[in-house]
Amino acid sequence: MKRWTLFIPFAIFLLLGFFLWRGLYLDPKDVPSALVDKAFPEFELPTLVSGEKKSLSDLKGQVHLVNVWGTWCISCKVEHPFLVELAKSGVSIIGVNYKDDNDAALKWLKDLGNPYLFSVDDENGTLSMDLGVTGAPETFIVDAMGIVRHKHQGPITKGNWAPLAAIRDQLLNEVGTK
Amino acid sequence: MYSIKSVLTSSALLVLFVFSLSAQAIVDGHEYQFNSDDALQNASRAELFRQLAEELRCPKCQNQNLSDSNAMIAGDLRRELYSQVQDGKNSEQIVDFMVNRYGEFVLYRPALNNKTLALWYGPFVLLALAGIIFVSVILARKSKNKPTVVTAETIDKSTEQTVDPLSADEEKRLDELLNSAPSNKTEKEDL
Repeated sequence: MKRWTLFIPFAIFLLLGFFLWRGLYLDPKDVPSALVDKAFPEFELPTLVSGEKKSLSDLKGQVHLVNVWGTWCISCKVEHPFLVELAKSGVSIIGVNYKDDNDAALKWLKDLGNPYLFSVDDENGTLSMDLGVTGAPETFIVDAMGIVRHKHQGPITKGNWAPLAAIRDQLLNEVGTK
Repeated sequence: MYSIKSVLTSSALLVLFVFSLSAQAIVDGHEYQFNSDDALQNASRAELFRQLAEELRCPKCQNQNLSDSNAMIAGDLRRELYSQVQDGKNSEQIVDFMVNRYGEFVLYRPALNNKTLALWYGPFVLLALAGIIFVSVILARKSKNKPTVVTAETIDKSTEQTVDPLSADEEKRLDELLNSAPSNKTEKEDL
């Protein structure tokens, strides 16, 4: 046997070690969204506040964040003040109130502020299912053509907003040049 | 008076009747009933439901299928799955529905494509590789350990080929070593 062949097991060990080490820094919850670069699903749902029917066409023509939330969702409460702040700075956010009690949701908006242009009442979770939502909060960045360009799982915070803002700015520029 | 026998047969018939019409799948403690008029269809739909609830992964959970998970989304998807099976959708249509929304992550049995080729055939390739290494090692050992007929001639040949004659220096060292060995031994015994 040649001498170098003795090092094969060590080489395999190093290779495995490398992959396991890389694996430590992967987030298993970071599931790629099936919806990115596809059209936002069709919907027709009443808004929470006025009950007016909204559909996909109400989304088009502008870049929006579509934020899936519910009063039962604790991370949404964490996220909410920052959304209010964003809305004040001119970011247009549309809410999808996911399987929620309407009274509780209205009270939430009244007490904590309403950052949404409008929130649709997705009582049965049909829109959320079409969006592939697995839990709240989830936020989609939708371009002016109604195409989903990015999906963010979990609360948006000051800390993780910067890359999302960059994506949004880029989309805003796309609208500007067209 | 009813005889016991007739009561038994009639209740057996009743049980048979009830179970032949409807079929059910019990998943996570919930019963999902399939009771249309067509008994065969009920059974196949219940089976499809059970099978898909096992094969589809809860998108919120790391490693649970729809039937195992208590997550809200798993419950919703079970209901969706149930209503789609009730509507007579086939396995492919339902799987497409799920993949379009939640991505291939939900498939415990991923589709065979370029991306998943290594996943599907990698283990077999590794197994074949291991087999090849195993066989080659065994063959190498076998040829090495082959008993050779030792004759004066072969010894002569082998020594001629592989062992250089000792130099004068080496002869001297060898002598020293051989002569000192017994004295070492006695010293040890003394201690």
